[in-house]
Amino acid sequence: MKTIDSEIKMQTKDLNAWFGAKQVLKDINLKIQTNTVTAIIGPSGCGKSTLIRCLNRMHELIPNAKITGQVQLDGEDIFDKQVDPVQIRRRVGMVFQKPNPFPTMSIYDNVAAGLKLTGAKKGKHLDEIVKHSLEQVTLWEEVKDDLKKPGTSISGGQQQRLCIARAIALHPEVILMDEPCSALDPIATAKIERLVVELKRDYTVVIVTHNMQQASRVSDYTAFMYLGSLIEFGSTKDIFESPKNQLTEKYITGEFG
Amino acid sequence: MVSGSIPVLGEFGFDFFVGTAWNPVEGREIFSALPYVMGTLVTSGIALLIGVPLSLGIAIFLVEMSPKFLRVPIGYLVELLAAVPSVIYGLWGLFVFRFWIIDYIEIPLSTYFGWLPIFSGSPFGLDLLTAGAILGIMIIPTVASLSKEVISAVPNSIREGAYSIGATKWEVIRHWVISYGRSGIFGAVILGLGRAVGETMAVAMVIGNATGPAAMPTSLFQTGQTMASLIANGFLEATGPLEVSAYVGVGLILLLISLFINVGAHLMITRVFKVKGGAIE
Repeated sequence: MKTIDSEIKMQTKDLNAWFGAKQVLKDINLKIQTNTVTAIIGPSGCGKSTLIRCLNRMHELIPNAKITGQVQLDGEDIFDKQVDPVQIRRRVGMVFQKPNPFPTMSIYDNVAAGLKLTGAKKGKHLDEIVKHSLEQVTLWEEVKDDLKKPGTSISGGQQQRLCIARAIALHPEVILMDEPCSALDPIATAKIERLVVELKRDYTVVIVTHNMQQASRVSDYTAFMYLGSLIEFGSTKDIFESPKNQLTEKYITGEFG
Repeated sequence: MVSGSIPVLGEFGFDFFVGTAWNPVEGREIFSALPYVMGTLVTSGIALLIGVPLSLGIAIFLVEMSPKFLRVPIGYLVELLAAVPSVIYGLWGLFVFRFWIIDYIEIPLSTYFGWLPIFSGSPFGLDLLTAGAILGIMIIPTVASLSKEVISAVPNSIREGAYSIGATKWEVIRHWVISYGRSGIFGAVILGLGRAVGETMAVAMVIGNATGPAAMPTSLFQTGQTMASLIANGFLEATGPLEVSAYVGVGLILLLISLFINVGAHLMITRVFKVKGGAIE
């Protein structure tokens, strides 16, 4: 029996992950609410990046990677044999730590690339989607005259917004962000943070960050991870103001990390 | 070399490049390089047609698909192909490969497509096609190992970006990896071409060694001659000073073409690695 809860977009059930013999995730049970921002915090190496890479089946691309347990998207296990990982990655988009626009493609093609894979033809319709996606990330005004220039010709912050536009051009349901601001300056970071808050109107966002202020600024829910385990999960307010677990409290108050 | 070719160029001028005759008999001497230039172009072209897809396949397999334990031995085997002396390729071509070509390629082609001029003539195996095919195998180590380097140099962040927008493995390879490495791969192909153009011994052993108008390529099943094989076959037996000069002249053309190809290839490969350095920032 599947239980479908429209409030829950994604859910992990006893999720374990390994790199070779090394276990990096231990029995993760996490519920991600629809149209919210969920932040995943924790010290380096705690498995937060691996966790979100399990949510769109990117983890398995690494040789020797192994996963057990379930990740459900709208109540269905994305690791089911009949599920095509390509479809999952279209429904669950991703933005990476370092901006990685495609250097051989123009700004326009960077945004259109995913749609072209699905057979979209050049033309007005595609132009509209590209424009709309760039507008959503507030990049349109900055690049509208340079759409034919390479995706790497703009600044780092712009590149990261371009990567977000590339993800939302596919109209995903969930957007995963893996420390999207760690390579950016404070002004570019502020822009991305504002964007994250806006994105939750249309999408469900999961953001990994090592910056606790960022987590408290942008997220509705926060998950604290330590050594591969999910230590505490709750509303961001609760986690930051009245953490139940001692480890969480220590981490948030900066005693370690 | 330039001074060595002055006599023949002075004697025949432009005809040295456009004629087809080759007659070393004293008093009736006439020499033209065109058939051998064409022979080189045709055999090298066949070599690329055969060798490049194989090499790219090997390179892509090694970097993108092969399990780790196969990567090293296969890479080593491919590089071993480069260690085989070319006279061994020639012998193998003469006694083994030639008959495969006759049985599996030339006979079917001439049976069904014999009406096409390029497949006319009887399948004999000592011809442009066999020479080109041998060259195709000989360029594999060059093209495959360089392409492998180029493909390995494609940053993983690009592959991940492509996967994250729903590209399949094959699409990632086709639209991202190859497109990112295309000028480097092109450079590798050009270096392979350089190798094919200059290769002498193996070609001389299987190409049939025609001279004069008969060496002008019209059919793939025809005996021919490349610039390199012509010099190897004839130079030692050259008698008159004009004939010697003719070989030197052919050598000069070969040298210029090879230089041009190699310099071009290196320019291309270095350009890729430069672009790579600054690609993300």
